[in-house]
Amino acid sequence: MKPLLLLAGGSLLALAAPAAAQASQQAQTDCPPEHAAMGHCKPAPAQKTPPSQTKGSPAADPHAGHAMPNTGEQVPQASNSHAGHDMSDMERTGEKMPGHDAGGTALPAGDAPAPTAPEPDYADTVWGEEAMSGSRRQLRKEHGGGTFAQVMLNLAEYRVHKGRDGFLWDAEGWFGGDINRLVVKTEGSGAFGDGVEDAEIQALYARAIGPYFNLQAGVRYDISPDPSRTYATIGFEGLAPYWFEVEGALFLSDKGDVLGRLEGYYDQRITQRWILQPRAELNFAAQDVPETGIGSGLSDVELGLRLRYEIAREFAPYIGVSWDRRIGDTARFARAAGDDVEATSFVMGVRAWF
Amino acid sequence: MTISKLDRRTFFRGAALAGGTAAFSAWLPAWAQPVSAGIARPLPTVSGTDIALRIAHQMMTIDGRESHAIGINGTVPAPLIRLKEGTTVRLSVTNDLDEDSSIHWHGLLLPFHMDGVPGVSFPGIKPRSTFVYEFPVQQTGTYWYHSHSGLQEQMGHYGPIVIDPAGPDPIASDREHVIVLSDHSQLHPHAIFRKLKLQGGYFNYRKQTLGGLVEGKDQPLKDRLMWGGMRMDPTDVSDVTGSTYTFLVNGHGPKDNWTALFRAGERVRLRFVNASAMTTFNVRIPGLRLTIVQADGLNVRPVAVDEFQMAVAETYDVIVEPEDRAYTLVGESVDRSGMARATLAPREGLVAEVPPLRPRPLATMKDMGMGGMDHGKGSTPVATDCPPEHAAMGHCTPAPVDHVAMGHGSGGMNHSMRDMSLAPTVKDTATVQTISPMPVDRTGEPGQGLDDVGHKVLVYRDLMALTRNPDVRAPDRAMEVHLTGNMERYMWAFDGEKLSEVKEPIPFIKDERVRVTLVNDTMMGHPIHLHGHFFELVTGHGEFAPRKHTVQVQPGGKVTFDVTTDAIGDWAFHCHLLYHMHAGMMQVVTVRPRTGDGA
Repeated sequence: MKPLLLLAGGSLLALAAPAAAQASQQAQTDCPPEHAAMGHCKPAPAQKTPPSQTKGSPAADPHAGHAMPNTGEQVPQASNSHAGHDMSDMERTGEKMPGHDAGGTALPAGDAPAPTAPEPDYADTVWGEEAMSGSRRQLRKEHGGGTFAQVMLNLAEYRVHKGRDGFLWDAEGWFGGDINRLVVKTEGSGAFGDGVEDAEIQALYARAIGPYFNLQAGVRYDISPDPSRTYATIGFEGLAPYWFEVEGALFLSDKGDVLGRLEGYYDQRITQRWILQPRAELNFAAQDVPETGIGSGLSDVELGLRLRYEIAREFAPYIGVSWDRRIGDTARFARAAGDDVEATSFVMGVRAWF
Repeated sequence: MTISKLDRRTFFRGAALAGGTAAFSAWLPAWAQPVSAGIARPLPTVSGTDIALRIAHQMMTIDGRESHAIGINGTVPAPLIRLKEGTTVRLSVTNDLDEDSSIHWHGLLLPFHMDGVPGVSFPGIKPRSTFVYEFPVQQTGTYWYHSHSGLQEQMGHYGPIVIDPAGPDPIASDREHVIVLSDHSQLHPHAIFRKLKLQGGYFNYRKQTLGGLVEGKDQPLKDRLMWGGMRMDPTDVSDVTGSTYTFLVNGHGPKDNWTALFRAGERVRLRFVNASAMTTFNVRIPGLRLTIVQADGLNVRPVAVDEFQMAVAETYDVIVEPEDRAYTLVGESVDRSGMARATLAPREGLVAEVPPLRPRPLATMKDMGMGGMDHGKGSTPVATDCPPEHAAMGHCTPAPVDHVAMGHGSGGMNHSMRDMSLAPTVKDTATVQTISPMPVDRTGEPGQGLDDVGHKVLVYRDLMALTRNPDVRAPDRAMEVHLTGNMERYMWAFDGEKLSEVKEPIPFIKDERVRVTLVNDTMMGHPIHLHGHFFELVTGHGEFAPRKHTVQVQPGGKVTFDVTTDAIGDWAFHCHLLYHMHAGMMQVVTVRPRTGDGA
């Protein structure tokens, strides 16, 4: 076997031209691997082996495997029932099963049972349980157990429309880990001079229920309009197919009224920093709530189109338009109160998070 | 105080100088604008059998800009540790930080309690204390060392190790240079991690745009819709990119132009270490053929290539024979958002042309784990008699399933991209964004974006051990580990469970031989590292399979290796992308004596 290996190495050097010429001429033709390993000599460099050569010394050629890349995507493993398949692939590329491939990774795996898992505390035998337990806790916490917090101003804008100019905000903050989080949401609007017309705040427990969506449950409190209301809330928030950010919630008030909301937006990247965001919010009610001017069914719609420039991911000023429309009974209540049922606003603001 | 003032003045002068030069050469790409004529200083070296190392905060200057860093003995990278096979080395490591630290000797075979992973192999090194590592040096080659505490590695806590053989080196060379590639950011690593957690694609400034669509760049509309339907971004190649990273050679930026000197006609051995936190590099030296002679510290049969991809934590030794002129050493980041650059030159001050960055790659269906369906090209021989359980063990590639059934051509792909029944060992958690429907062995491919570069690129199947492997038994059993992740939540794990969630380690018995298949269920390459062992890649070389300590599992692909678990103790097993590990992509591997051997 050894002389054969030696011979194969030699013939390879002689034939593998011209690339071999670039390798050092000192590359010995008489350098068997075991000597090379001991540092006694430098073996011949392996080059792409012409298949015919490989066929010449199939039993001993240590380079036979080098033609493997030619087999493209072929999965190299052989297994008890599929060894034949592997062989045929090798023949296809002009190779025969080389002798040395009979062992090592060429062998199929057995089906011995896996051992049962012990406690990963072997270091205690060296350093003692007391010394190790703290660092072991830390290890687990540091690798996947982190907690984070974020405050996000989705919308914070000045609104120019018929009548007094107004303002609007829509913000969210959270604290927690990957799965469980505490979420606070707030949104509201008003007119300069008239103060805040409507404002709400929600405190929610959020839990990841899949790779993209969180389930959220908690309370919502409407600070205005008067009379204020408190709601029990359940909803969802997440990333839908086609990259739509969506959220929805049902609200049950302390007076027994049921409201609903659906919201969504899409970030269309025009360049890496200019982003156009179409956005929609729909509010629903299961019944008329005359005290707050809400009618049953679809009560109002907000459609927006905002163009922002990301100076940084965290800070993006924007301009846009917003079209707000009260629908059905809600519109009737508004007309009766002398309010507009429809407004188109030019908006400018900033989207920011930290 | 005085010293820091002086430093600042020097720094400002340097900056002014650089600014002036930049004005003249504004047409040059950023990485080619000179700050210096080249820094030919090699890494500081420590050697012997009694070595003292001190971990401390320090400043470092990269491309004329000062940064905060953590270094060892005052340098980043940490000094080259030069050891000798057959000796026993004592390394006294003093931690001058205000937090725990550690040093892990990457690729070294040693008693597990000297491996340096806090919480697995030892308690860590407390602030202002000294820990003495002591172990026999029983191997040779190029390795490296780094912190295994928190995110210190990103701040500069890494350095190279070279172990010289007791006898003559089978790899002859006239000269050698150690080349440590790494990535550096002005942002604190915890800030980087937080940004990724809050917005997965935070650092990707090369996404597809409407502007690009109009210009006919990137994917056509149909593909964009299909990928959008799956919530997959084909531009998501690197999590952290050149938008914040500067890529370094031996601690120097591209403008610093670190220079390796040689004499024409010499055989020069370059010992490459990828000590990056997050960056896969594609390495080439235009004009020079690179003969790979060693991978992960172990000698391989020489392979001549024009380029090779270097996963994080891999090492490669390369022989080059340069002529009497300068060459540019290019380490292009896999997403091509930047490059590490150095010069090989016969004299100081010489530079060679710096090639521009090549266009960034886009992920393909194969990167999403649909390689097995790629049979249209006829490049994938597949078995028609491949039962799923064999395919799962990596024994064969099953025949591709019907394209229509997989929902090709429309958004109907959604369901099949997360079919948990394809991976029964994976926990159904929020960490699992996708399950590769048809992962294939990609060890015959050169790596993402390197299929069509027009020259020879190394593939894993080119690698072959120089000598017969010490253990050529058949594996006793086979097992599978899935690499899972969620880019949107920035969660990463093995088999769907983060280390913070796992209930038990991965168990082995001493001297067991196990065939492990790593299945990548994500669209990103993962360099997987097993501590304390080498494993043989199952790439068709039988008893001469290449042995490695770290292996890159290409996006949506899989890799199989055989390992002899001959080192008793507990060992870390993890993705070597620092923030993936920090997010939970880590496990503990236990190797216990056989029953009856005694504990």
